[in-house]
Amino acid sequence: MDCIYDLAVIGGGPAGMAAAVEAAKDGAGRVLILERDKELGGILNQCIHNGFGLHYFKEELTGPEYAQRFSEQVKEGNIEVMTDTMVLDITEDKTIYAVNTQKGYQQIKAKAIVLAMGCRERTRGAIGIPGERPAGVFTAGTAQRYLNMEGYLVGKRAVILGSGDIGLIMARRLSLEGAKVLACVELMPYSNGLNRNVVQCLHDFDIPLYLSHTITRITGSPRVESVTISKVDEKRNPIPGTEITFDCDTVLLSVGLIPENEVAKSAGIALDPRTKGPIVYENMETSIEGIFASGNTVHVHDLVDYVTAESQRAGRCAAEYVKGGRQSQGELAVTAGNAVNYTVPQKIHLPTQKPVEIFFRVAAPMENKAIVVTALETGDELLRLKRLHLAPGEMEKISVPAEALQKSPGGIKVSIE
Amino acid sequence: MYDVVIVGAGVVGCSVAAYLSRYQMKLAVLEKENDVSMGSTRANSAIVHAGYDPLPGTLMAKYNVRGSQLYPKLCEKLSVPFQRIGSFVLAFSPEEDKTVQKLYDRGVANGVEGLRILSKEETLKMEPALSDKITSALYAPTGAIVSPWKFTIAMAENACENGAEFFFDHPVTAIEKTENGFRVTAGGETFETRVVINAAGTHSDQINDMAAPHSFTIHPNKGQYYVLDKNQGQVVHSVIFQCPSKVGKGVLVSPTVDGNLIVGPDAVDISSPDDCSTDREGLQFVVNQAMRSTSAFNLREAIRNFAGVRAATEIDDFIIGPVDGVPGFFNLAGIKSPGLTSAPAIGEDMPRILAESGYTFPKKENCIDRREAVIFHTLSHEERAEMVKKNPLYGRVICRCETITEGEIVDALHRPLPPHTIDGVKRRCGCGLGRCQGGFCGPRVQEIIARELNLNYMDIEKDKTGSYILLAETKGGEL
Repeated sequence: MDCIYDLAVIGGGPAGMAAAVEAAKDGAGRVLILERDKELGGILNQCIHNGFGLHYFKEELTGPEYAQRFSEQVKEGNIEVMTDTMVLDITEDKTIYAVNTQKGYQQIKAKAIVLAMGCRERTRGAIGIPGERPAGVFTAGTAQRYLNMEGYLVGKRAVILGSGDIGLIMARRLSLEGAKVLACVELMPYSNGLNRNVVQCLHDFDIPLYLSHTITRITGSPRVESVTISKVDEKRNPIPGTEITFDCDTVLLSVGLIPENEVAKSAGIALDPRTKGPIVYENMETSIEGIFASGNTVHVHDLVDYVTAESQRAGRCAAEYVKGGRQSQGELAVTAGNAVNYTVPQKIHLPTQKPVEIFFRVAAPMENKAIVVTALETGDELLRLKRLHLAPGEMEKISVPAEALQKSPGGIKVSIE
Repeated sequence: MYDVVIVGAGVVGCSVAAYLSRYQMKLAVLEKENDVSMGSTRANSAIVHAGYDPLPGTLMAKYNVRGSQLYPKLCEKLSVPFQRIGSFVLAFSPEEDKTVQKLYDRGVANGVEGLRILSKEETLKMEPALSDKITSALYAPTGAIVSPWKFTIAMAENACENGAEFFFDHPVTAIEKTENGFRVTAGGETFETRVVINAAGTHSDQINDMAAPHSFTIHPNKGQYYVLDKNQGQVVHSVIFQCPSKVGKGVLVSPTVDGNLIVGPDAVDISSPDDCSTDREGLQFVVNQAMRSTSAFNLREAIRNFAGVRAATEIDDFIIGPVDGVPGFFNLAGIKSPGLTSAPAIGEDMPRILAESGYTFPKKENCIDRREAVIFHTLSHEERAEMVKKNPLYGRVICRCETITEGEIVDALHRPLPPHTIDGVKRRCGCGLGRCQGGFCGPRVQEIIARELNLNYMDIEKDKTGSYILLAETKGGEL
């Protein structure tokens, strides 16, 4: 056994840093962050645009600035950091197998673990775009890295598939670098990104947004020469005869993010097939006692501010666990009802003494609706909140009072009416 | 003056090179692309067939069965992933039961060992995820899976270590008869040689026609595939074929040596031998057909689709041997399925084929027949620790999906035939093969290639010559 820590945090992005800092503040003891990159910050390091921190810091920061505020706290917080270190496996008894060039192959024992590995981008292969396989097809995040970290432009005439936030941000970024973005193509009849990004990144640069369209063929060898897009029907199948072809050298994909959970799987942690992240309790604990998870590893967030808040909660609860905190006396389930794609948490420990924040995403854009929380067994309404506007691109958050939870020991359901 | 020039560095050309390099001869391999394994070899089912498919008496039958015997030892010696997981041919009707019986008889005639016809129940016991509509199955325990590109690279490296010279980006444009043999023009250079071996795959008719009368035409036939993530790799545990039928050759479902699931192919005649594009209809066909065998796989876990081209000709067999009237010119053409399986057997037989035409070469006294390659993620905890102690670069994981270390990439970049593209490194090490498809590791692999080979970062290509990743530097600017 190489080393024993009270808390090991896997991942040094915004989630991992916030969890570690908060846990250390709460007296978690010896805290370690394991980060695979050469420095802390995660994907924020390549997000050089502003708009981060409006909720948490009440000011607009760039990604690296937001990361720096936390990496400084990590330094001050007497937290050990191992960068350039890859965690290969964790076990149910919280043994971590990690490797780096300095200390070699290590076996690290921790009393508690916070998983904060973030997410990865869906690829061309995942969505099965047909055609040739030339160079010049990138996920938006990879293109962002080449542009902002390495200093190179991936293309001069681009078509972007997907109107997720990274795709929108990259549309603007490429335009600012002098590249021509010919179109942003979205399969759904609405954008999946934040509204402010649609306005600031597409409208302000006169980039057309093709809703209910998809790429049906990529052509070119050895580099992209053109893409063909088609309109899709209600079942999202391409409609023959609606093809538009763009001469371009680059295709960027912003078609969704998937929580990274290979390490969680190695420990046998139960995953939610909808979020693709671990099933968590209100204290961000996974199906294995003492292993917590937060940030985009659990579910993909729209704003880093919410990642921070969720991860601070995970850090506090991990510290409480390390200090031998409360004992669970059973659990109640949180289920996703009408027009709700998923909820986080999916479970709540009993007894419930505090209000519980529940995060979720809706299945489609909607106006003038109500978020309704009902008791699973009786169907009794526990909470009703009016919303003028709901959209899948924006994460919803509600707080369910402890009294409401106490009325429903069989579990609760979150629905849109 | 060369003794032998091989045209084409696919699995056939490289296998032949590996076996011929054990003889005293000056040997060159000319390849039009920038790496080995760039044609049909890199896009196929990755199956080492047992040998019950080809008609007895054909070259396909002979080389298939021998190839299947050669693979295990070769792969062990050359550190190539190979697994003998067995294969099934499923029958879904009384008519197909008869086909299964016919394949069994053929297999026995071809000398395939261990074949058995299994009942529905016996089959489902071994492969519970298969459709309950099956009626019987042929089971071939010698059916196997391999990494086609790693095998080809290993054979090429072995040939190179034993003295064969490889010339990439050297498309052959002319072959002239000379007094002592041939003058081959490729990539602006000329190669004088006694013997030319045509292993040009889907372009082998063009090469033949440069030196010999037209005697066959490649009718390129395309097959499309899906590759699924590793969480689908255990859906079945062996190679699952269907009976060949009028609709086309059966679609297979199989684990890969990397732990993924491969589903495909269809079979469509195409006009260009270089058309590796996929299309919606073909991919949908593949899925529909595969669903007959098992519905247990989840297409939402797909990580890639691709297409490969079969070098089919109007002759329903391989075209192997000397060409009448053109002494010194040998065709290894029309090598479609089971070409991957047959390649080492063709290579092994090549010295005999040459000798029969009067080209004999003494054996070299000392030859390298082993090749070591570290595959970090397959090692035990103790072995990994030991490995990182020896070389700290094994402690830096570059490809997080496949757990490929910088040590493995640097090893590949300093082997006898070093790659200089992202996909060249991918085929040697596996980085970028996984679920993120190189999104995370691509820029880092690019950096390692540039550093190790002293190349400009921006000049590193993805795949074929001209497949540039980066088109310009950013504007920069003053702080």
